Amino acid sequence: MEQLIFYSLAGATVLFGMLVVIARNPVHSAIFLIGALMCIAGLYLQMGAEFVGGVQILVYVGGVMVLFLFVIMLVNVRTAERVRQLSPEWKTALLLAGALSVELVYLVLKGPGVFATAAPEAIPALQGNTQNVGAALYTKYLLPFEIASVLLLVAMIGAVALARSRMD
Amino acid sequence: MPTDLHYLAILPEIITAATGIAIMLLDPFTAPQHKGRLGWLGVAGLLAAGVAGAAQSGRTMTAFGGMVQLDSYSVFFRWLFFGVSIGTILISLQYLKREGVHHSEFYALVLFATTGMSFMAASVDLILMFIGLETVAISTYVLAGFKRSDPRSNESAVKYFILGAFSTAVLLYGIAFLYGQTGSTRFDRVAEALSAQGPSAFFLVGLALLLVGFGFKVAMAPFHVWTPDVYEGAPSPVTAFLAVGPKAAGFAALVRVLYSALPDMENHWGDVLGLVAVLTMTVGNVAAITQSNIKRLLAYSSVAHAGYLLVGLVARNELGISAVLYYAVVYALMNLGAFTVVVIWSGAGETRVHLSDYAGIGFRYPFLTGCLSLFLLSLIGIPATGGFMGKVFLFAAAVQSHHVGLVVIAVLNSAVSAYYYLRIIVIMYMQEPAAQVPSVEIPVPAAVALVLAALGTLLTGLYPSALLDLASRSVLAVR
Amino acid sequence: MVPLNYYLILGALLFSVGALGVILKRNLITMFMSVELMLNSANLTFLAFAREWNQVSGQVLVFFVMVVAAAEAAVGLAIVIATYKNRKTVNADETASLRD
Repeated sequence: MEQLIFYSLAGATVLFGMLVVIARNPVHSAIFLIGALMCIAGLYLQMGAEFVGGVQILVYVGGVMVLFLFVIMLVNVRTAERVRQLSPEWKTALLLAGALSVELVYLVLKGPGVFATAAPEAIPALQGNTQNVGAALYTKYLLPFEIASVLLLVAMIGAVALARSRMD
Repeated sequence: MPTDLHYLAILPEIITAATGIAIMLLDPFTAPQHKGRLGWLGVAGLLAAGVAGAAQSGRTMTAFGGMVQLDSYSVFFRWLFFGVSIGTILISLQYLKREGVHHSEFYALVLFATTGMSFMAASVDLILMFIGLETVAISTYVLAGFKRSDPRSNESAVKYFILGAFSTAVLLYGIAFLYGQTGSTRFDRVAEALSAQGPSAFFLVGLALLLVGFGFKVAMAPFHVWTPDVYEGAPSPVTAFLAVGPKAAGFAALVRVLYSALPDMENHWGDVLGLVAVLTMTVGNVAAITQSNIKRLLAYSSVAHAGYLLVGLVARNELGISAVLYYAVVYALMNLGAFTVVVIWSGAGETRVHLSDYAGIGFRYPFLTGCLSLFLLSLIGIPATGGFMGKVFLFAAAVQSHHVGLVVIAVLNSAVSAYYYLRIIVIMYMQEPAAQVPSVEIPVPAAVALVLAALGTLLTGLYPSALLDLASRSVLAVR
Repeated sequence: MVPLNYYLILGALLFSVGALGVILKRNLITMFMSVELMLNSANLTFLAFAREWNQVSGQVLVFFVMVVAAAEAAVGLAIVIATYKNRKTVNADETASLRD
């Protein structure tokens, strides 16, 4: 059963991912990307990472992708569809990506076996997944968490500075 | 709870970030003609952060659960970054007014980028390093596109963003594999686990992706292709900042990762980086010869200089890393100086950036052209300049570790580079000026930056030992 | 339990598809969407390893990556809009004027 869920989600993810690249219309690409992100969220749930799975749907699908769709609507979709879609060097690109995937898969298959060495800092699952993640965020990862807030501030200031209409 | 919440260890970064926030808060209360005051506030914040950093020099401690390390290495780079950012703000004050984009976001973003760069040099954890790197990247994407009604600036931002985001993904994927192999993102744990297990396929994937990611960030060949376009299109003070700050920060983080997290794996990355160094130097110098736009020329020159810095990394000895630190400072001084002249001379709308625009101005503007000549001579590596001593140290380190072939190629490259740098000097002093030499006014803050950079270039060339001592003491923290 | 390898191979395939999209497509928005695919493949890899090591830190890392991705999306799309205002196109070739 578990295998079946994995295969269907994984298959759908790759399929959606390819469709993102193949689709001519950016709106279609965005919809396919949402599909891929949802499937990945499903995989997260299957791995027992409920918090991240939830955040994936809330932040990615609910936030980032909506932003994408807004922008696609803002820039004229019709013109976006008419222009040439593919880079002139598409054959080379295809070859490179193929080589990359073959190489990565090969190395991944060669990889494991290192996990015989014990897991060093295993955290006992005393509480639910979300509590564990929260506890790690506010203790061990406090500093990156704080810097991440600076990062978001930068993004906010930057986006406003670039996209506001002409003022002053 | 981690017991090492030493806020003092990150005090300089707190000051820079807080100054950035203060600038944004004061922005609505500042009249448009007085936005420059916020720039000066930024300079004051950076100076304060530098003082805070000085108060900490000589101390060593890790803080925040082993995320960040205060040591002489991070202090060294903090000073470099604060200096670079002060220089950038000094150049920008007049420029932003001239180009009609005098918004205080510029200063805030420079300060946030500085915060990120500081964390890149101080972090001893891949995740903190990654977030610092992204803070720098996102601020600089915006800075590159800051002249938002100028299509060239737009294009520069677009290219920088797409390649930056791509390289971020590659770097992250590499971090994922290193984490998978070692079960930790802390440099010391990664090093421990790797020396216990030996290299495996996961490690090799991780290392390769990590190097490619860094390759994009610091513009190593063959991942440098974005550099000329981005540098040409971005506002010139931003180009100066990009060529100096984020590049040095990338090297700071790369040295830490390679020497603190992957020390036992030297034979896996040493030779690769050697090849990359040769390629980077050669590609940068050969491409620079044919350029007629001074910003593009300096862009390719910055690619070539990344190659020289890599020589120090490949040497894999203490002198090599000290030389990298030394050269990073000298490189910052001479590049910032050269770009300052470009900013001043380019005129409103950046219309004078062609080499022919420099024809015959040598005796009309002795101060500007004198400084530019000094920086160009230092970039070639003429004795009595910082660039010469920097190259001597870099190449000596490589010879010490028996990389003679590499040094021969590097010296040949320097000879090639002399051609295009000297050509600018020849154009300035020996060609007939255009019918009407335009008059430019040299703004005081930029002149101050220029004098400081020139003095620094000369002093590091004449009295190299002070800076080299500082650099070699800083290196001890990494080894 | 689904073996680690399966997740890693899925991640590798997704990464390649994303990389292909960035190289192949000429529409800036679609190129950026392909980058999102690559980031997600890195996240998937992180989580698969975190499960193998029985650590919660991998999940925290994924959370940070999502923060970064959201920030990048905001700025990236702002850049695209600024470009569109001036050029009336989002095609990477048509916006290109800087070259040797």
